Amino acid sequence: MPKAFTPKVITANALIEGDVVYFTEADDWTRHLAQAELLTDEADAQLRLLTAEAQADKVVGVYLADARAGENGPEPTHFREDFRRRGPSNYAHGKQEHHAPRP
Amino acid sequence: MYDYTDFDAAFVAERNRQFRAQVERRIDGSLTEDEFKPLRLMNGLYLQLHAYMLRVAIPYGTLNSRQMRQLAYLAERWDKGYGHFTTRQNIQYNWPRLRDVPDMLDALAEVGMHAIQTSGNTIRNVTADHFAGAAADEVADPRPVAELLRQWSTDHPEFQFLPRKFKIAVTGSETDRAVIKAHDIGLQVVERAGQIGYRVLVGGGLGRTPMIGKVLNDFVRQEDLLPYIESVVSVWNLLGRRDNKFKSRIKITVHEHGIEEISRRVDAHFARIRPTFSGIDTALFERIKAAFAPPAFREASTGVFETARRTDPIFRAWSDTNLAPHRAPGYAIVQISLKAHGATPGDATAEQMRVMADLAERYGHDELRISHEQNVILPHVHKSDLPAIHASLKKHGLATANIGLVSDIIACPGMDYCALATARSIPVAQGIATRFEELKLEHDVGPLKIKISGCINACGHHHVGHIGILGLDRAGVENYQITLGGSGAEDATLGDRTGPGFAYDEIVPAIERIIRAYLAHRESRDETFLEAYRRLGLAPFKAALYEEAQVHAAE
Repeated sequence: MPKAFTPKVITANALIEGDVVYFTEADDWTRHLAQAELLTDEADAQLRLLTAEAQADKVVGVYLADARAGENGPEPTHFREDFRRRGPSNYAHGKQEHHAPRP
Repeated sequence: MYDYTDFDAAFVAERNRQFRAQVERRIDGSLTEDEFKPLRLMNGLYLQLHAYMLRVAIPYGTLNSRQMRQLAYLAERWDKGYGHFTTRQNIQYNWPRLRDVPDMLDALAEVGMHAIQTSGNTIRNVTADHFAGAAADEVADPRPVAELLRQWSTDHPEFQFLPRKFKIAVTGSETDRAVIKAHDIGLQVVERAGQIGYRVLVGGGLGRTPMIGKVLNDFVRQEDLLPYIESVVSVWNLLGRRDNKFKSRIKITVHEHGIEEISRRVDAHFARIRPTFSGIDTALFERIKAAFAPPAFREASTGVFETARRTDPIFRAWSDTNLAPHRAPGYAIVQISLKAHGATPGDATAEQMRVMADLAERYGHDELRISHEQNVILPHVHKSDLPAIHASLKKHGLATANIGLVSDIIACPGMDYCALATARSIPVAQGIATRFEELKLEHDVGPLKIKISGCINACGHHHVGHIGILGLDRAGVENYQITLGGSGAEDATLGDRTGPGFAYDEIVPAIERIIRAYLAHRESRDETFLEAYRRLGLAPFKAALYEEAQVHAAE
């Protein structure tokens, strides 16, 4: 029996800054996971990935990351993606200063 | 110190010019990421978790105040105001923008620095004892040979596409402060019958298959060293596994073929190429050696130092832990801790870098070193200057008296920065250091090396920690395995795994239980943690770690 598809978001790093970015429904990139497009269908996810990968002039290292629907949009299901969302946890600098509340 | 030649400067300038054009072509779309990636890696530029990371070489950990100030300038101008000193005597900038990196490289070139061969499957930055040229127990300064190897290996056409990265470390003393037994090649300067030569070890390394290096040759003469090392790397370049990344390092080649067979092949290769080395390398070595001539040490009273020790307990505690014996009378080696309790091991702000540069210039013959333990060294300081140095360090958060103690922890960047990491390591180090600061036990515990890696690649050298911690991803949560009894010194040993790992919020208390077990079992304050572990074995520490019932269940 095929494994059930886990919802995903498309993520990458911005080409110039290296920041973690997420693909939106509008075919654009955001630095906020909550604004990312949550993909719940596997075939759709693969097609969207191709669209995202075509924007190689904006991003690098595009991939699908597991996510779940939260109250305010997609949320990470694995701690790695949570750190990518929040920035380093050793002290307050980097992305979490601006983009995500500390836990 | 060695000053780079016009040739060196022109070489680096040309590389930087090429890279600037490559970055422009990546940004305008002429180069794909697949095409660009190997080019950026050749210039030390990685893409990490949150940003790019530029790794800058500090060959054999030696730099002068002008270079340190330039590192501070880079941190402020193009990064977030700090740099991270690594276990390979490099500095890493965690937040550069791709567009800015060519300017950063040009700024480095202004002071004879670069990022060449800090990445890729090539011979990496050659590391050395951070007390080089100063240590009281030194046979000879290991930096001239490290510089010779740097010049030989930089852009060496045969060694740009090796099976995997290749690391060389050199020590000039019997005491190993360069972890030579955990390197692909470890060199120890030795003296036999009045002649200086090298003991050559091969096949050490950590990572997923940790191994202690084996002696390949007990004595190689100075004039034979370069062709001998070239032979070792050439033999591995041919024999090394390219079919499996995890079996590609020379430690596996040595393991699969046996040290005798490797020795036979190296000797045969050496016999072929030795006549092609005409002696230019030996002449060059002599020129390099002259550049590393010791500074003009002065003779002066050390009374100020003795008085400060008698009257200032904070200075005394610092001088007890952070100084090391110097070869010259009246001098000391100062170890500046980048491990303030709760700080990120190895991080220094631009301001701190400038303070250290100023101190080196004013009091330290303009020399600084970076240690593989992620601290900064002033190698040549007259003892009469130590109170002034300590006062300045104190003002800038650099006077933590903890060298070699519980909180002087090596920690890789881990998942807070590194794309390869599977768990965090820095917050674990911060947690341990903070806990023992609160307990006020650190000085009672005494010498203890804790080393933490956030993945199996072991950049934090956890296998050779007296207490080693390896962070892993277990079913989607951070989990930390513990090893005990490792050593990265001349008595190099791989630690023993204690058993099941611990969750993130359990690891600091677990380390406390181990250390309390040591305090309970040691014969006296003079018996170090490592000595106690070697006498007692794993059992009492395992019992303390897992509670009695769990030990029985595991047996």
